Amino acid sequence: MTDAREITLMRGNEAIGEGAIRAGCQFFFGYPITPQNELFEYMAQYLPPAGGTFLQSESELAGINMVFGAAAAGARCMTSSSGPGFTLLSEGLSSLAAAQLPAVVVCVSRAGPGLGRITSSQADYRLCTRGGGHGDYQCLVLGPATAQELFELTHQAFDLADHYRNPVIILSDAILGQMMEPVATEAFARQGAPEKAWAVRGKGDQPRKVIKVAPHTDEELIAWNVTLKEKYDRMCEREQRHEALCMQDARVAVVAFGSSARIAMDAVQRARQEGVAVGLFRPISLYPYPGQALKDLVQAGVGRLLVVEANNGQMIEDVRLSVCDAAEIVHYGIGGGHIFSPDEIYREIARVARGA
Amino acid sequence: MQDVEVVYQKPDAMTDVPFPYCPGCSHGTVHRLVAEVMDELDITERAIGVTSAGCSVRSWRQFDCDMVMALHGRGPAVATGIKRARPASVVFTYQGDGDMAAIGTGEIVHAASRCERITVIYVNNGVFGATGGQQAPTTLIGQPTTSYPAGRDPKESGYPLRMAEMLSVISAESYIARASVHDVAHILKTKKAIRKAFEIQIDGRGFGMVEILAACPTNWRLSPVRCMERIQSEMIPYYPLGEFSSRGKEGRS
Repeated sequence: MTDAREITLMRGNEAIGEGAIRAGCQFFFGYPITPQNELFEYMAQYLPPAGGTFLQSESELAGINMVFGAAAAGARCMTSSSGPGFTLLSEGLSSLAAAQLPAVVVCVSRAGPGLGRITSSQADYRLCTRGGGHGDYQCLVLGPATAQELFELTHQAFDLADHYRNPVIILSDAILGQMMEPVATEAFARQGAPEKAWAVRGKGDQPRKVIKVAPHTDEELIAWNVTLKEKYDRMCEREQRHEALCMQDARVAVVAFGSSARIAMDAVQRARQEGVAVGLFRPISLYPYPGQALKDLVQAGVGRLLVVEANNGQMIEDVRLSVCDAAEIVHYGIGGGHIFSPDEIYREIARVARGA
Repeated sequence: MQDVEVVYQKPDAMTDVPFPYCPGCSHGTVHRLVAEVMDELDITERAIGVTSAGCSVRSWRQFDCDMVMALHGRGPAVATGIKRARPASVVFTYQGDGDMAAIGTGEIVHAASRCERITVIYVNNGVFGATGGQQAPTTLIGQPTTSYPAGRDPKESGYPLRMAEMLSVISAESYIARASVHDVAHILKTKKAIRKAFEIQIDGRGFGMVEILAACPTNWRLSPVRCMERIQSEMIPYYPLGEFSSRGKEGRS
């Protein structure tokens, strides 16, 4: 890392890559797919000089299973994809979670369903937060909204993955990935990867180790699920993150994450200038969902929630689960790659504030 | 007891766990050969094995080395990750034909194409064993299975895949062989092939794969002895044994 790169203009995708390298990421395995290619290419260019390994896999399936192997061997590792590729790698998320292996997996989401289009979208919220793979499992999911946050949360994601021995997903999108913003990196020097006593390395003179994706008995699988559930409960308790802006005396809150929150903030500020008592609630952790903080807002007097997301209505399920019918909940969003203007969100805020 | 000489015993690279396999199944024989080679090459302490989906899913209980379980067909990708992260280790996958020649074709072809320094033990018994004897890509023409009870019809489902031949044309940096465990002479040859497939990895020369023709008495609906006869009379004519020469491979002329 040269000094010239300490504060620099970066694409969001590149900020993820820099965050990973500084976090001590040793391996990147992945397959090209738009709109995550700048991350993939950043790792190809900068990971080997930092002492790591970049390997282009033949598919996302192979990529996530290479991650599985390197994680089992104790390395800090990462893969990234988008839409159709993320569906494929979800198979491996289930086995990473089952084997309790740490890894960071990035989804730079694009519009679907099917092959869809490479335009920006938040259509993969459910895919990332509800699993995508089989069986009862959960990944920690973080939803950054700026290049700086992409950089910092990716950096933290490696520590979280190791702490919980669990995959951590960074859910970004094409807008955040392509947009260039200044990123201050100086507070995050490249760190080494921690030593992991549980990893396979050849048994040497020690008892052998086995990394399993299936137990030997039915009873073991039930006990295993109880252990995982306890871990997910701990994650829910400790990892809820959010940001609340302009919430003073607010009666209405826009609930939005990632790029939608950025656009919504312009609309919220304009509405505030015009006297509308509206604020912005931005979930940063998408699993666990920061439901308690949202519930507290509603109890403090926010009676209407306008859920703005670039899809047909996915995060709104978490909003409903968090506050039930204690608030009026309205969705605004269009699937398929529609990019919001601040004006249209402002109009929705005005409509919801009037009670229309 | 002083007069007693040990002439045959369990290899050190095997655990004491009894095999879970059906009577007459070849997995036990192949496991033992792999373990004997591990003993002879003195690699058990730095070996990391990767299991597959299917009957051998529980082989992590048999080998007394570090083991990692992989999902169906993904063994070579998992082994790639392990080997890249632990280059000093000796990494092998143990896969059946339902695992490797069907759902895992992508992973095995590209691991071979990258010349990953791993060893692949590929057990071909021509059926999906653990799921109840369905047709595999390796099932012979006319062979009845639970998914095609009238036998494999090439008009319906094509021809059996010859994995060793397929992989042998990819790169000179490889050792590819096909062997069989239907009689003692062939078992000994199989062991030699397994040893070479490990040596090419240990020496850093390339990718090693041994395809081993094997019996599945339960799903073939034959006695163990008839199974061995069938390997000789029906499988070997379609799946010729031997080392697949690097002649014609890129990089060697």
